Amino acid sequence: MTGFAVPAAHGVAGATRFAIDALVEDDRVHRDLYLSEELFALEQQHFFATTWSYLGHTSQVPSSGDYLTVEIAGRPLVMVRQPDGAIRVLFNRCAHKGTRLVSEASGNVGRHFRCPYHAWTYRLDGAPMGMPLKAGYDGTQLATCESGRGMIALRHVAVYRDFVFVKLADAGPSFDDYFGDVLRAIDNMVDRSPEGRLAIDGGVLRNVIRCNWKIYLENINDTVHPMSTHQSAVDAAHGLWKDQPADAPKPMAMEQILPFGAGYDFFDRMGGRAYPNGHSVLGIHFSIHSGYAQLPDYEAAMRAAHGAERAAEILQRSPQNAVLYPSLAVKGSPQSIRVIRPLAADRTLVEAWSLRVAGAPDVLFERTQTYNRLVFSPMSVVAHDDVHLFESIQRGLRADGNPWVSLHRDFDRSELEGGTLETNGTSELLMRNQYRAWAKAMRDGMEGR
Amino acid sequence: MSPAAGTSTVQTATTTRAPSGEVGSTRAAPVDAALERTLADVVATEAALLDAGRFGDWLALFTDDGRYWVPLQGAAQVDPIGHNSLAYEDRMLLTLRVERLKNPRAHSQQPRSRCQHVLQRSMRVDASDGDDRAHELRTPFLYVESRDGEQVLLTGLYRHWLVNVEGAWKIRLKRVDLLDADRPLPAIQLFI
Repeated sequence: MTGFAVPAAHGVAGATRFAIDALVEDDRVHRDLYLSEELFALEQQHFFATTWSYLGHTSQVPSSGDYLTVEIAGRPLVMVRQPDGAIRVLFNRCAHKGTRLVSEASGNVGRHFRCPYHAWTYRLDGAPMGMPLKAGYDGTQLATCESGRGMIALRHVAVYRDFVFVKLADAGPSFDDYFGDVLRAIDNMVDRSPEGRLAIDGGVLRNVIRCNWKIYLENINDTVHPMSTHQSAVDAAHGLWKDQPADAPKPMAMEQILPFGAGYDFFDRMGGRAYPNGHSVLGIHFSIHSGYAQLPDYEAAMRAAHGAERAAEILQRSPQNAVLYPSLAVKGSPQSIRVIRPLAADRTLVEAWSLRVAGAPDVLFERTQTYNRLVFSPMSVVAHDDVHLFESIQRGLRADGNPWVSLHRDFDRSELEGGTLETNGTSELLMRNQYRAWAKAMRDGMEGR
Repeated sequence: MSPAAGTSTVQTATTTRAPSGEVGSTRAAPVDAALERTLADVVATEAALLDAGRFGDWLALFTDDGRYWVPLQGAAQVDPIGHNSLAYEDRMLLTLRVERLKNPRAHSQQPRSRCQHVLQRSMRVDASDGDDRAHELRTPFLYVESRDGEQVLLTGLYRHWLVNVEGAWKIRLKRVDLLDADRPLPAIQLFI
């Protein structure tokens, strides 16, 4: 697909506001948001660089010199633990010729980075240390140009309760302004630890899906698909469980799969909240995760740590999904996070990570691992139908006659005033909210704000 | 014996090497050639049933406490609990999979997935721990899953834990050690 729908009559820079606005209407979006490679390239440059992306968790780099490599918006990054315990994020690029300093997914570099190509070395904060044949640079411009500055450190790195976020460009809002109150979703995850600490553990399930990243993110807030999309998995689960008495204790897998069969009314009543900048919480009243078995020892530890009232408040809150737009979706119970990494207009990497809750019994971690394996593995029988349909959308949108994706359900003109909005659970407001944020960030990014 | 206990025994067997370095040549007791063939036939039959789409018959090869396990760390993974897996399923979850595949509303099966297992000769490793009814077979494989004109190619090593139940050989554990278990994967819808 070349070009996107609206001719840029005034050149890309001048006509961007017009072009972007024309693709995102109040209650529908143009298919080019999903199909256009040209728009994807503009997104990488203007949207993903000027908004805050989740990079990783500090528990993944516990000791000095520990690193984690990630690509965000096509840029190679390395998060590295400093000798003083701080977290830094550097571009993973040698100042000399551009070699990546480290090429493993994670590891430890020791006391400094050393380029494998010509042995240029850098401190853990990226500052240049040395190189062979140093005298050869005497009298040259090296020291005063970019190549003399070492590895470039990202200026905009935020560590929020051990979750690490980055913003690549100087343009765009501050961390607090960008996320605002949706950060309570991370608070809830961490507060579920009697010790106030989470750790990534047990590996990552990685899926590559041939669809645009927006389709995946929309679906995280789509409460109307489970009834039809997941019918085959739910029917099979019910078939296995139907002869059991209603109060029979369910195996963990059944406890997690059966609620996918909840009806439209259940999903409508769970409610949702849209925050500025595209963020959301779905299931503000309850969710399919609310009915998991009680764990008396864990709840006692929570009461001891937080007091009875606060512990009840924390544990009672178990939304379906909170989206920290556009890169992260979190669940407090089970302690699961999904990371969305766009690869191309029609290809998206989705990672599911498990968090171990410090001070909680192993069964809580087992619950998280089981959920991720049943629902977010490439072998998941629940996800198979989702993935098929996401990829089907990516192909179906090439049809003629209707270049629009409908997001009309429960549209109300008053929502255009923005702010934090509460809604019924089956409204498509949470999706419209994502696209309004996308359009705004694209315009701002293109106009250098 | 729990599957997890079986697994740890399997793990011990990983390091079993004859002085020559030939994998699987160390045995607690000689096994006659007929039994060797019988065991290898179970593995070959299992793959053939999957390739034929006879999932119900395939499931019947597992013991009641049987497990199908695809560790996320491939051959390096020690247990199915401490680290996650692409799949770790008991009879109940395997039955759920098989039943779902029959459902006309299994959207992701329109069109259907097909698979082809290509097996190398199975090698028996002594894993019986003194129990002569239990054997581990290791079988290098190629697996192709095809759907809608797209093929996914996976390769690795099967480790079948076979036990004799009332005269019939059954699978207590089928462990699938993928060469690249940790790479991003598309949907794998059938049984590797």
